[in-house]
Amino acid sequence: MQRMMIDRAKELLASGQVNRVLGWEQGEHSWDRTPAFFDGGNIENLKYDGFCGPNVSKYLVGEVAKDGVVLAFLKPCDSWSFNQLATEHRINTEKVYAIGVGCRGKIDVEKVRAKGIKGILDIAEDGDTLKVHTLYGDSTVERKEVLLDKCLSCKGKEHKAGAEFIGQSEETSVGDKFELVAKLEAMTPDERFAFWRSELSKCIRCNACRNVCPACSCIKCVFDNPHTGVQNKAAADDFEENLFHIIRAFHVAGRCTDCGECSRVCPQGIPLHLLNRKFIKDIDELYGEYRAGAEIGQRHPLENFDKGDCEPSIVHERGGSAQ
Amino acid sequence: MKKIAMASLNALFARIAADKKLYLPIEKAGKVDFYEWSEGENVRLDALKTVKSAKDVFFPQVENLLKFRVEGKSIEINQAPLCEDDFVIFGVRGCDAKSFEILDRVFLVDPRDEFYASRRAHGIVVTLACGEPEESCFCTNFGVNPANPGGDVTAWIVGEEMYLQANTEKGEKLIAELDEADAKAAQDEQARITEIVGKLPLNNLNLEGFDGEHLMEKFNDPKWEGLSRACLGCGTCTFVCPTCQCYDIRDFDNGKSVTRYRCWDSCMYSDFTLMAAENSRHTQLQRYRQRFMHKLVYFPANNEGVYSCVGCGRCVEKCPQGLNIVRVIKALGVNEK
Amino acid sequence: MTNNLIPMLGVVTDIRIDTPDIKTFRVEKIGGGKCFEHQPGQCAMLSIPGVGEAMFSITSSPTLKEYQEFSIKKCGCLTSWLHLMDVGQQITIRGPYGHPFPVDTELKGKDLLFIAGGVGLAPLHSVINYCLAKRENYGKIDVVYGSRSKDDLLDLHEIQTEWMKPENNLSVHLTIDRAQEGWDGHVAFVPTYVKELGFDPNKTVLVCGPPIMIKFVLQALEELGFKRNQIYTTMELRMKCGIGKCGRCNIGDKYVCKDGPVFRFDQLGELPNEY
Repeated sequence: MQRMMIDRAKELLASGQVNRVLGWEQGEHSWDRTPAFFDGGNIENLKYDGFCGPNVSKYLVGEVAKDGVVLAFLKPCDSWSFNQLATEHRINTEKVYAIGVGCRGKIDVEKVRAKGIKGILDIAEDGDTLKVHTLYGDSTVERKEVLLDKCLSCKGKEHKAGAEFIGQSEETSVGDKFELVAKLEAMTPDERFAFWRSELSKCIRCNACRNVCPACSCIKCVFDNPHTGVQNKAAADDFEENLFHIIRAFHVAGRCTDCGECSRVCPQGIPLHLLNRKFIKDIDELYGEYRAGAEIGQRHPLENFDKGDCEPSIVHERGGSAQ
Repeated sequence: MKKIAMASLNALFARIAADKKLYLPIEKAGKVDFYEWSEGENVRLDALKTVKSAKDVFFPQVENLLKFRVEGKSIEINQAPLCEDDFVIFGVRGCDAKSFEILDRVFLVDPRDEFYASRRAHGIVVTLACGEPEESCFCTNFGVNPANPGGDVTAWIVGEEMYLQANTEKGEKLIAELDEADAKAAQDEQARITEIVGKLPLNNLNLEGFDGEHLMEKFNDPKWEGLSRACLGCGTCTFVCPTCQCYDIRDFDNGKSVTRYRCWDSCMYSDFTLMAAENSRHTQLQRYRQRFMHKLVYFPANNEGVYSCVGCGRCVEKCPQGLNIVRVIKALGVNEK
Repeated sequence: MTNNLIPMLGVVTDIRIDTPDIKTFRVEKIGGGKCFEHQPGQCAMLSIPGVGEAMFSITSSPTLKEYQEFSIKKCGCLTSWLHLMDVGQQITIRGPYGHPFPVDTELKGKDLLFIAGGVGLAPLHSVINYCLAKRENYGKIDVVYGSRSKDDLLDLHEIQTEWMKPENNLSVHLTIDRAQEGWDGHVAFVPTYVKELGFDPNKTVLVCGPPIMIKFVLQALEELGFKRNQIYTTMELRMKCGIGKCGRCNIGDKYVCKDGPVFRFDQLGELPNEY
């Protein structure tokens, strides 16, 4: 597939239909993948395989501000973010040539390490297994056991955007995507509070979750703005970071496509996507099923009032019947 | 050389913690960081790298500097207390131990930072040799010896025993009660580690040309644009880094009093250099370049060639998008094109 | 043992309204007297608890024994707050920070040319008054000072009544950007005026003003035959600590708070242009 992508990119660059290419390249190790930009000169460095986890759609916000057309390779889940950004007018789709690329789930090297495998020198994909070569010996790992969390609630093999498509995709979901949310809902308030406190208290306030999030596309975040009075890069007390994440989840409610990047990038492994997914579940239950990013131009339920809408606080307080 | 059975470590921790604060790599919610120890904590001396480095104990992410009380036009200033009690940080890896020397070069040179200095004076550092170095480690490029990492006490875990060697008077006092042991086991372990370290994929970086002499050449290198393009502008690299020392000073007003605190800051953030009228580093390229120029060029220019990097590899593992200092060294190094 | 990050208290004993957006604050220790000694060109961190702390150049000459003054332009959050103060308000102050202009070494015995724009006169004000107090140590002194309008000329009263006194033997060349009623002086941007005045390039120059003015003044001076190692300026970048540790005010490997704020242009030329 990587070969086909490079060849197609070369054709499009040569014909002048696109001016640059957004994809992935290799980092320090054979499995490291970093988002990268290419032109005719370095397009052979483009990598596409089971390690290309990063969602590159948010880079398009900056790219469309430049001259010319950018070719973006999008995985099926990335295409949802692309649509949502286009819906919010953060991407001018005329300046993007999107090619959907097949995906059978992306590998989380942290999960390989969590199996006790240390000193990894190389990981080779071989069908459904990974051959791991390390400083301390070789081993094999089942591919499906080390997929990124976001792949365990795969958004499906269908691309929601793209001018053309390369390669085949596989659905990689395991179980019900709302299972963990339901588990949290079933906790007592004290248990739930303790769960989030222990998770969120690890936060180092690096803002990676916010900066990678395609729904966090504000030009200047309220927490970066010295004029808001809430600008902060460290907590004045130990509850602030907790609130930061809750406020952020509120802000992306209805707009989050559940791309899972927040949890992927968190250096402390906080399951941030569960906050967003709780909103998705609530919206589904209160206003009917809705998936942000399914198509360009949708209005999400929280900005689409109609008289039949229920009023959540009232419903919850009065045992399910709105007055 | 002293030794203690791994099974008895908990008793040692309890003994130390009886009259001193004791910090250890402790797992909480699935991740290991240095926390204050108490009975029942899940101590993870086997974890090679804590998420955050050990620098917190000397230079905490947030610390209060002073408190103001304001009444009418009058102000009262109360300085926050300095550290006055000895404490122990146990299980520090060679890279983090080396980072303290680099932080010293910032905070202990005139004019001295008293908050840092007081902690440094009271901290007792027990290092732990790296029995299983990882592929992301490149500390040997920066003069770190993971087989014999130094500090007040050096510890080696060999099978079911921990061997400890005191390097300072403070260290000797700390482990005085332990049983004497033959040095051979620890020496063998050092040799074993040294052999593994020789096979690490990143242990041969070429740092030639990263110095004050080549400041403008490195600064003006056209490769910065490509290197920085995928940078999210988050602070992950900065906050997991053992040598990043930039900080912000801010006031927190609770309505009754004002607390002035210091917190880690990141040169990757857009407001780092923002002034009322302008910003001296307004692009992510400039901010990205600043971070690596500081570590690899500006710092050595001011510190007899010592780099502000210890090769811990946390940025290699933690950057969300796979950017890190190794990429920069390779891209801008003399033998790479 | 002094703690560098802990400020002392000062009290504002006089406030002068200089221009529509610049006020000059006189600061003394509680109970009177200077907070600390300083040299011309050095700075201090001023703060209002809960609002913030920032670096300001000390405007008054060290030869003034009773107090220090700060001419401050209303620009951001802290400066707006400072402009709301009344006499008697306590503030916090720490310093002095940075390297001064080399008034007793490199500048001694030289013909001096001061060039300032707008509030850029503030840091030079200290040096000019120092030179006037030790007039015998310096040769001919010229001051070129310009601002947007007549009302925006800082210290105009002092310039006209003190600096221009014949015994000071100091030539002041004032200019404003656009002609206005009640102004019969020169009208031009500062760099243009410098070129028109055509100074002898053996002078030592001290320049401060908005970055764009400095850029063109530098061009004008080079056209007149000045070398970069004859020209000094004073820089301003965001600062938090004032002691070279918080990491943000660097230009290359130099910290403005510690190695500056005074730089000679030949030194700046060897550094990245991130300012």
